[in-house]
Amino acid sequence: MRGSTRAKWVVSAAVIALAATACGGGGDDDGDNESKGGSEGKNANSAGVVRAYWTDPQNPLEPANTNEVQGGKVMDMIFTKLMEYDPKTGEAFEANAEKITSTDSQTFTVKLKSGWTFADGTPVTAKNYVDAWNYGALLDNAQANAYFFSDIEGYDAVHPEEEGAKATAKTMSGLKVVDESTFTVKLKQKFSTWPKRLGYTAYAPLPDAFFKDKANYLKKPFGNGPYKVDSYTKGQGMKLSVNDKYALEKPKNGGVELKVYTDNTTAYSDLLAGNLDILDGLPASSLQNVETDLNGRYINQPAGILQTVSFPFYDKKWDQKKTLKVRQGLSMAIDRKAITENIFSNTRTPAKDWTSPVLGESGGFSQDMCGEYCEYNPEKAKQLIEEGGGIPGGTVTLTSNVDTGSHKDWMDAVCNSINKVMGSEKACLVKSVGTFGDFRNQAAGHEMSGMFRSGWQMDYPLIDNFLTPLYKTNASSNDGLYSNKEFDKLIDQANAEPDYAKAIKLYQDAEKIVAQEIPAITLWYQNGDAGYSDKVDNVTLDPFSVPVFTDITVKS
Amino acid sequence: MPDQIEKTTPDPVGAAGAITDAAVTGAATAAPKREKARSLGSDAWYDLRRNPVFVISALLILFLVVVSIWPGLFSSTSPNDCDITKSRHTAESGHPFGYNLQGCDVYARTVYGARASVTVGVCVTVGVALLGGILGGLAGFFGGWWDSILSRITDIFFGIPILLGGLVFLSVINSRSIWVVMGFMIALAWPQISRIARGSVISAKQQDYVQAARALGAGTGRIMLRHILPNAVAPVIVVATIALGTFVSLEATLSFLGVGLEAPTVSWGMDISTAAVQYRNAPHMLLYPAGALSITVLAFIMLGDAVRDALDPKLR
Amino acid sequence: MGRYVIRRLLQMVPVFLGTTFLIFIMVYALGDPVLAFFGDRTPDDATLAAKRHELGLDKPMWEQYVTYMGNVFTGDFGTAFNGQKVTELMGHAFPITIRLTLVAITIEIVFGVGLGLLAGLRRGRIADSSTLIFTLIVISIPTFVTGYLLQYFLAVEWKVIDPAVSADANFSELIVPGFVLAGVSLAYVTRLTRTSIVENLRADYLRTAVAKGLPRRRVITVHLLRNSLIPVVTHLGTDLGLLMGGALVTERIFNIQGVGFQLWNGVLRQNSQTVVGFVTILVLIFLLANLLVDLLYAVLDPRIRYA
Repeated sequence: MRGSTRAKWVVSAAVIALAATACGGGGDDDGDNESKGGSEGKNANSAGVVRAYWTDPQNPLEPANTNEVQGGKVMDMIFTKLMEYDPKTGEAFEANAEKITSTDSQTFTVKLKSGWTFADGTPVTAKNYVDAWNYGALLDNAQANAYFFSDIEGYDAVHPEEEGAKATAKTMSGLKVVDESTFTVKLKQKFSTWPKRLGYTAYAPLPDAFFKDKANYLKKPFGNGPYKVDSYTKGQGMKLSVNDKYALEKPKNGGVELKVYTDNTTAYSDLLAGNLDILDGLPASSLQNVETDLNGRYINQPAGILQTVSFPFYDKKWDQKKTLKVRQGLSMAIDRKAITENIFSNTRTPAKDWTSPVLGESGGFSQDMCGEYCEYNPEKAKQLIEEGGGIPGGTVTLTSNVDTGSHKDWMDAVCNSINKVMGSEKACLVKSVGTFGDFRNQAAGHEMSGMFRSGWQMDYPLIDNFLTPLYKTNASSNDGLYSNKEFDKLIDQANAEPDYAKAIKLYQDAEKIVAQEIPAITLWYQNGDAGYSDKVDNVTLDPFSVPVFTDITVKS
Repeated sequence: MPDQIEKTTPDPVGAAGAITDAAVTGAATAAPKREKARSLGSDAWYDLRRNPVFVISALLILFLVVVSIWPGLFSSTSPNDCDITKSRHTAESGHPFGYNLQGCDVYARTVYGARASVTVGVCVTVGVALLGGILGGLAGFFGGWWDSILSRITDIFFGIPILLGGLVFLSVINSRSIWVVMGFMIALAWPQISRIARGSVISAKQQDYVQAARALGAGTGRIMLRHILPNAVAPVIVVATIALGTFVSLEATLSFLGVGLEAPTVSWGMDISTAAVQYRNAPHMLLYPAGALSITVLAFIMLGDAVRDALDPKLR
Repeated sequence: MGRYVIRRLLQMVPVFLGTTFLIFIMVYALGDPVLAFFGDRTPDDATLAAKRHELGLDKPMWEQYVTYMGNVFTGDFGTAFNGQKVTELMGHAFPITIRLTLVAITIEIVFGVGLGLLAGLRRGRIADSSTLIFTLIVISIPTFVTGYLLQYFLAVEWKVIDPAVSADANFSELIVPGFVLAGVSLAYVTRLTRTSIVENLRADYLRTAVAKGLPRRRVITVHLLRNSLIPVVTHLGTDLGLLMGGALVTERIFNIQGVGFQLWNGVLRQNSQTVVGFVTILVLIFLLANLLVDLLYAVLDPRIRYA
């Protein structure tokens, strides 16, 4: 978090993560982005509009309810949060916040920059933040991202967890407005890196208009970000133009048109035909030709997405202790290199740890975490599996939804790889589930009987986001019910540690436990990929694999 | 023929059914009057043996059936023995069709895929013909309330677009074995046959010889089995044979929608749907299974055509 | 005639209720859609319960169905999960799919009947056998293969059309998708017409017409064609509903935001209100098209009179 002077080149800051959810893979992930920056606001661009790929978000466009990448794209264009993430390095910096201070890592004082307004001209005040956060946390509103407020004191009163429980308060006691531009946040316990999360979509402010007439607001949402929505036709697309009142640097183009596609293969054809400018998330089938098709107008860079497969420890035959060697063996039976090369044309990189390269070594990423268990070694793999008593039941299934992404292709490849090692055609069987919802019901309902996909797209670029939600006892995305007391303890220590470098070290110690126990086999880091037309320039992706729209220029 | 509509209860939808197959139903009404010596069946068989289209398609189908039952005779490679490092490689010695995305041998998969497609085609057709034939036949024979209720039920199932039903219904199923997929196809495809069967039973019922049998005191069962069944069954056979090809194709489309058969079953439909998006990089992946599918569909449709011509005396 | 139509309309009621109920059960059986809203992160039970309540999913299935159908009769088809009225979605999707279906039906009639007539009149000659081969090929290739190939060659390689249809989906953009959609039915219509023509060519009334010296043209159009079209018309009638529902694949390939697209989304998101709403309308169209076809018989075949 550097000071506001940074805003100048930060300009493009953007980014964001949206993702609350993070699902790995194809279209169901999250991430979002935004950008903008500061100073020269000349928007020379009123000219060109960028035409970009989109699919229709399934939730209404409220910040605390937007947890997938497509809704996140819009959120990041129309909102700028207290913090934003640098699109190149992923580092958090103050955007709408002047500064966020704390003396004890538990109570934070947030001071807003002055002069910021929403697109309707009303000022952005401390109250807009506090109201928005209380709205997002309140149980009655059933917001998808309510979880993100759970560290704040008083959350349990507005959002009890038991089924059928009612909220006993409307606002969180930990949030207090001090004056027009200042508010304080008291957390339940010490959490030194907490302010770095504040670039996540859920923490956006909401204008008074939202609270006055929500239905009307949602038809054409607006915020304090670089763009404003001109028109939104659900199922078809959205047109955004530059928000003249934006406080940081204005976008370098005249606006963005988001076009809804059902199938990204079609979108790719449309890109080739010159009817689309930006397609993020290229169809797997196009990866071989994309360089020549687009004459190099193609981006393939690391993003904060990790693909893993988890084990159902609630199933007796997958006992956490007894099947350790089997899990290690399975991990070694997967030829990650061949799969990423042949199925994904190197838009995935074989994983060496349980985080992501976008964190950087200083952020906790490590090449040595996994060691030999992530190396393909057929003999050793078979030996380990046999020592561990063989694959429970003789067959392991690999389950995922197949309605998005190219999950089916890589699952087939993973199973073939295991089958080859085991010398049996039935050692591993792919089970495809038709819809994402059904898959989630099976995963969250603990109905899996074998391995299942458990990819993760980061919400914000911090190592804890790759560990806590997935492997802590009873965490929200710990669908395999993995549990290790030592791991839990290290995470708690890391959260409370005020020194950033020491905290990272503690997180890594926790990750080492994951590396030994393999509650999930880490497969590969997913890159962000995108292709663009010859009508646009300066196309980049942020660490969330979302295009940095504000930087894109349109050729006249 | 159309006047039957006035004589029977003028049930409109039924009328549609009866007329729909006007071309076909003609067979049932006119055939019995032709020659006394030969029955319709032997007559048709006599014709068929001399029809080159029939001979070719029958041989082709025989071949497909043999491949389905003993695929090992035609390929020594296993369809599930895949080497990803050979992903999308083209033909090489011992692997005449090249490799698919997963590095599996396309020739082996094409050979082994025949079983699923032929099984789906044949079983669904038989299932549909039995279910639709019986329900439609009963509705047509008994008329009245029976007819009204059965016809409404038919309409209910007819009203559900089959792909949509497939998408919804098969998404629910956790294990889509070949039996489940076939069961679903039968459940949504029988109404077509049912309407035809009903129409042809109604028209057979009006025939003089049936009236005569009744007047002579023949019982319901005897009339149904000896007089109506043999004459009403022809249109059902014809439509069913033609529909067989479309069922094979439907299985592929369901795979394309992500709700078709599942591994370890090998099917052309699954392979085509994976290959359809790879046609630029690896056309051979699409060409062979799609070609095999088309030839199979073609064989069954040609057979259906030949059978229709043979059963329809007017076309001789 | 009037009484007949009324009786037909009354008979539609149970069929209509049955079909919608069947679809409702199927979508219901897809399971609880609520978790999908939260991505890979499982929320607490209280949030799930609140979300279910918000969407009306906390009631027993029969109650949901009764409430839903009650609302349908007042014109309220419910709300999609993204907060949009289903009627709004329909207002956009149906005109597009109807246009697509019209294009497809027109193609079927023009090319199907045309080729069928040609083949029938030239029975046994080259025109006949090439038509036969053509139809066989069309029937034997799955729609999605034809769709992708046409899209690739026409749009990407030769740049004759745009690969994706725009949100407005005007008629000219729908010609190629129309061909893809019409494909298999087109082949059927061709064969049906041919069979029917061949059969009627030997009919007594036709011989009479020729014998009394009517011009060939009149014989063909007034006598032959009119009588041969009865089975074709029936086929087209039932086809109308099937085409609209079957546009799923075509609409997906060409990115047409019509009924198939909405249904696809509805199923993937397990949104019963959207799916049941759209199917309800499809079923109505299907039933009405059947009625229309039956009435058309009376026009085409003077021997049929509905009492």
